Amino acid sequence: MAGAAVHGRLNWLLADVAGFVDETPNVKTIVLEAQGWPGHLPGQHVDVRLTAEDGYQAQRSYSLARPVDDARLEITVERLEDGEVSPYLVDVLQPGDRLELRGPIGGYFVWEPGRGGPLLLLAGGSGVAPLMAMLRARIRAGTDEVVRLLVSSRSWDEIVYRDELERIDQEIDGVEVIHTLTRSRPEGWKGFDRRVDRDMVAEVAWATHERPLCYVCGPTGFVENVASSLVELGHAPELIRTERFGPTGGPL
Amino acid sequence: MTADSHVDGNAVGGEMIDMFGREMTGARTCCGGCGSVGPFGSLILYQRAPGKVLRCPVCQAVVLVVVEQPSGLRFNFVALRWVAQ
Repeated sequence: MAGAAVHGRLNWLLADVAGFVDETPNVKTIVLEAQGWPGHLPGQHVDVRLTAEDGYQAQRSYSLARPVDDARLEITVERLEDGEVSPYLVDVLQPGDRLELRGPIGGYFVWEPGRGGPLLLLAGGSGVAPLMAMLRARIRAGTDEVVRLLVSSRSWDEIVYRDELERIDQEIDGVEVIHTLTRSRPEGWKGFDRRVDRDMVAEVAWATHERPLCYVCGPTGFVENVASSLVELGHAPELIRTERFGPTGGPL
Repeated sequence: MTADSHVDGNAVGGEMIDMFGREMTGARTCCGGCGSVGPFGSLILYQRAPGKVLRCPVCQAVVLVVVEQPSGLRFNFVALRWVAQ
């Protein structure tokens, strides 16, 4: 047993910052190269640790936004105005810098192609990141699970992965992407225009007898609303998995 | 506590691996307060207290407190009746 424990021990790994993708004015994807990365499952997260010159350390968890691709990892980070870690990651970090990572972590909020569906993904803002890893894995594997992704964003400009989601919605059979915009809408917007509520969940989700696997990720208030709507509509609690990431700058 | 101040037990998965050497968020737990059973990852985690406080999602009892000490991690099993793979 001692041997197994030592073998399973997760060490902090150094990752090089390889680049950035601007997703929205407040959200960036950070591309990392982590030599020796053991691989991960869609939905898993990493702990990121920053160490100041005086030795002070701060640590946060971020979902991995892409399925496994050798040493290449992506995390999508939203800048929280009063944050201790996210403003540094979004505004200060440069290509070639290094971050300490620990992971992959998580065996609960994960989904792999072949696990079955239908798959219902419900995202609040940058909570779309782990769900995007699941969606990208499903598309890469070309399996036949039917997927619906509902993304709640404040405005059109604040939709994370917007262009890729548009392409996926148009081009991939069996995958549907639905948006709701809670604060402002572009001219002629025909989609949902309010915070996710029970009626919206009922409209987007399959009937309960289809037993969709439901994954909900976003700010805590969003996840609580959506998960309780699913339960009230009669979806089995054991089919609903949640990942709350705490507070954000405003309601979604 | 506002509704926004907690996250899921998933967020303490890194510390669990550090302590036990394996992924634990999918393990089932039984609350010592009300006896309800669910995955470790669905416990409710409050991170703003000193240390990380995990509560039962059903009865709100504090079941586990994780503290980082200079010597390493300390787990206080306040009310976890059992944990099973």
